This record gives sequence, structure tokens and C-alpha cells, in this order.
Amino acid sequence: MAPDMLVSLLWKAFLQTMYMVAAAGFIGSLIGLPIGIFLATSGKGELFPAPTVNKIVGATVNAARSTPFIILVVAIIPFTRLIAGTSIGTAAAIVPLTIATIPFVARLIETSIREVDKGLIEAARAMGATPFQIVTKVLLAEARPGIILGLTLTLVSLVGYSAMVGAVGGGGLGDLGIRYGYQRFMPEVMLAVVVVLIVVVQAIQSAGDMLARHFDKRTRKN
Amino acid sequence: MNRVAPPQTPVAVPMVTFENVIKRFGGTGKQPEFTALDGVNMVAPRGAITGIIGRSGAGKSTLIRLVNGLEKTTSGRVVVDGVDVGDLPETGLRDLRRQVGMIFQHFNLLSSRTAFDNVSLPLEIAGMDRKTIRNRVAPLLDLVGLGDKSDRYPAELSGGQKQRIGIARALATEPKLLLSDEATSALDPETTQSILELLKTINRDLGLTVLLITHEMEVVKTIASQVAVIDKGKIVENGSTFDVFTAPKHETTRSLLSAVIGAKLPEWISADLKQAPAEGARALVRLVFFGDTAFQPLTARLVAEIGPDVNILAGAIDEIAGEPYGSLVVSYPADPDTLRRADDFYRQTGLYTEVLGYGA
Repeated sequence: MAPDMLVSLLWKAFLQTMYMVAAAGFIGSLIGLPIGIFLATSGKGELFPAPTVNKIVGATVNAARSTPFIILVVAIIPFTRLIAGTSIGTAAAIVPLTIATIPFVARLIETSIREVDKGLIEAARAMGATPFQIVTKVLLAEARPGIILGLTLTLVSLVGYSAMVGAVGGGGLGDLGIRYGYQRFMPEVMLAVVVVLIVVVQAIQSAGDMLARHFDKRTRKN
Repeated sequence: MNRVAPPQTPVAVPMVTFENVIKRFGGTGKQPEFTALDGVNMVAPRGAITGIIGRSGAGKSTLIRLVNGLEKTTSGRVVVDGVDVGDLPETGLRDLRRQVGMIFQHFNLLSSRTAFDNVSLPLEIAGMDRKTIRNRVAPLLDLVGLGDKSDRYPAELSGGQKQRIGIARALATEPKLLLSDEATSALDPETTQSILELLKTINRDLGLTVLLITHEMEVVKTIASQVAVIDKGKIVENGSTFDVFTAPKHETTRSLLSAVIGAKLPEWISADLKQAPAEGARALVRLVFFGDTAFQPLTARLVAEIGPDVNILAGAIDEIAGEPYGSLVVSYPADPDTLRRADDFYRQTGLYTEVLGYGA
């Protein structure tokens, strides 16, 4: 393949991947964050005790997470059509990606919040904080480095998931690699796709690590 | 720190009163029921530093958490400044907590906030504006001696400095009562002393009532004017620190005391002690000096009264709640004549004594 054609194909696929990852990551985190906070604070004897609802939400999250992504993509096609107006294309692919992101983010947020020292919750209660203030001023503030790393992991996973939405015409880097590299016997396209993906994942991870380090004041550093 | 003295409520009304407080945990489902507090009655006088001392598991953490409603009583009443904590709804409880500061063994500072922002937290929670907060926090940091550490994160501070931030934070809402939950237990002896000094200063200068729990006799001895000894969920002894410590009645008090004021007999003596004198035995007696007797040459006079065969076995001189206190274990022949002369001497001088037993 001519180099300029390869570059143009790669660029288009790169933009599609970025679009899908960014949109699904953003919407998914927006919905996953409150669910994660709820999971971390609604157990028995916790800030907003609702143990039954907690168990139901937890079970739903587990169910969603154990469904293989490619099956999820196909299974929710009617829902995708309802939301996106079509079940094919990059925009439509964002729907299953978002659905897969929500439980993933929720669990990661929950874990980060649960790692916050219980003594801090007690101290805040002793100051007369409301449960809502404890969440915003203590839990989210203290869990911030963990949440950032969790969201980084989410984005990296999304880059991987986005390779599968070629099945519904989502396009993107993964799809390019399969169609050209594998089905049309063009190993150089496959190689180029893999290199770009490595760079993308590396960039996301480094940015996330840097941000998390910036907010992490738990250890002394000079 | 500039601060208006709180309106004078009669000293007779205690800051905190526990009335027949019972607290049980578990008992529902799988967990067996556990009685943490079993009928506690005590008061923390206004303006005083009151210590509650006991071993771990004695119930003292539960007791202090009842005061600001972090735990609820199973039965009985906890009254703070005239208000029954058990009667308060959640919002009333939050108001109360803003008037009751608390410091913790592990400081419980937010790692994501600087010293300044940690002290700001209770004020933010109370809904104060930025400017008021700024004006309040700086003098507090100065008060605890950390005015220059305002921008440091807890990870950059030593244990003692962290506790000072904890104290500044607890004082931020200008509380009328400070609860201290083993505040010095994670600190080395020297830092412990400096934190205790700070608490004493705050108590004196701000007139703040302090209720502290600890397992360290040293803490109570140094700063508390009142003490309650708790064991297995019950207050076994309570009163002024000096009275309780110089004449401990309960076994728990004695064993807690033994470590600090040399009250413990050496093993080689205590092993052979008998309750009744045998032929040619010696009496072992503890003499306790305090108040007036602490300043008199009583040992020399004892020797003059009962003869030169007086042996000193153990002893210590210390200070309890600011008063001098000495404890001396002596032995002398347990013959009727010597014993009578010794008893006469003790009666004359008003010396507090305790016959420990008889040995060779």
C-alpha cells in the first residue's frame, strides 16, 4: 500500500478510535461515578445505608461485567438503535462501549473509595459533617489519586474494546487492522495499527500516572 | 488567640454526665451480644481535664463516642452541657458535634489537604465563607506552634506536628468540650509530654473542658485533675486524680499505677510475702508521702522512733496532678514492740501506710 494512503487510513481510524473512547469514557464515567459512590456508601451501617438496593446494584454490575463485550454489542442492538437511531457506525458503537464502561468504572470508583481510611469518616462525622459533605469533602478528595488511576485503566480498556466494534461497523484502529492486515493480507497495516495503539495506550497511561501523582499527597516527596 | 471567655455557667453543672449508661453490641443475628458499658455513672466537671483510664477493651473508646453521638446508648443517659445526647435528632447531633472537638490516636488528617486546609475543614463543613475561615485558621496554627507549616501536607509532618494540626482542627469551631481519644498513644514519650503541655495550656487559657481516654497512667497523672478508672465496662474508681492515685482502692487502679510510680515491689520480695508474721519475720510497709508529709524528714524520724533496723526496699518520688508524691517501701522487725511504736508514729504524723505483708 502506498505510504500516503496508509497514513490517511490510519489517521481516519485513529480519529474514530479517539472519538469512541472519549465519548464512551466520558458518558460512562459520568454515570459510573455516582453508581460507584453508591456502592461504596450504601452497605449496612454505612453513610447511606440501603443494603438491599446495594446488593441488587452490585449483582447487576457483576452481571454486566461478566458478559463478554462482543456479545453485549450484538445483544443490545435494539437498544442501540433506540438511542443512536442506527445500529451501525461509529456513533452507534459508542452505545455498547458506554454500557460496558459504566459497571467497570463503578467498581473501580467503589474500590478507591473503600480504601479511604475509616478514621477520616469518623473524624468528619465528629465535626458535624452531613453524609453528603463526607462524600464530597472527604471520600472523593482522598480517593482522587485512585479514581484517576481507575479512569486511566478504563480508557486503556476502552481502546481495546473499541477494536471489537468493527463488528457493527464502528471503524477505528482495531477494525482497520483486522480488515486490511488480516483479511487482505497486508501485514504492514497490521504492524502500523499495533504501533499506533501502543503509542496511544502509553500516552493515556503516562498522562493518568502523572495526574494521579500530582494529586497524591500520601507520601512525602521532594 | 483572641477569644471571648464563654459565659459563666455555674461550675456545679458538669459539662458531661453519664447516668447509668449501658451499651451493648451485637445480639442480632450471628454475633453474640457483648456488653461494652455496664452501668456507667460519672461526671466530667466544667473547665477541668478529666481522664478516663483503662486497659484496651475496657470500654473507654465506646464511652467517649457516646458523648458526641458517634455511638448510641442502649440505655441510660449522656448529658452534654444540659442536653441529653440521646434525644437529639440527626441535625441536632450535627450542631452538638460542631461544639465538641475531637482528637484521635491516629490523627485522622486528610492526606490530600495541607495543614491549613485540614484546620479549615470543620469550618467549611459549618458553611463559613473563605474570608472568615482564613482569619480563624492562621491564629490556630500559631496557637499550636505550626504557623510556619501552613502549606505542608500531613505526610511531610512528624507525629507530634500532625497531632498539633489535629488539635488546631478540633479547636476551629471554638468548641466548649474537647474529646481526646488516646491522642498521645502513637507518640514517643517526649512528644507526648509536649502535646500534654499544649492540652494543659488550652484548658487553662481557653477554659476548655477536656475529656480524655487513655491507657497510659502517665497522661492522666500529668494533666488530669479528675480521673475515672474503667474496667470491664464499669467505672471502678473515680475522683480527684490525686486522691485516686495516692490511695488506690481497686486492683485495676493499682496495677495501672504500678508502672509509673514505683509502687511495684521487686519480684524477689513479693514472691516470699506472707499475710501473717512468722517468728522473727519483718513487716513490709508502704509509706506514702503527699501534701504536708511530702516536705517533712519523716524517714529520719521513723528511724528515731522505732530503732535503726529499718530497711528501704523500694521507692519513688513523683508528681501527680501537680502535687508532690512519694512512695517508700520499708521493712522492720515484726515484733509487737516495734509494730506498736511504728503505729503510734503513723497516727501522730498522719502518714498514709499500707502493710504489704511479712517476709524474712
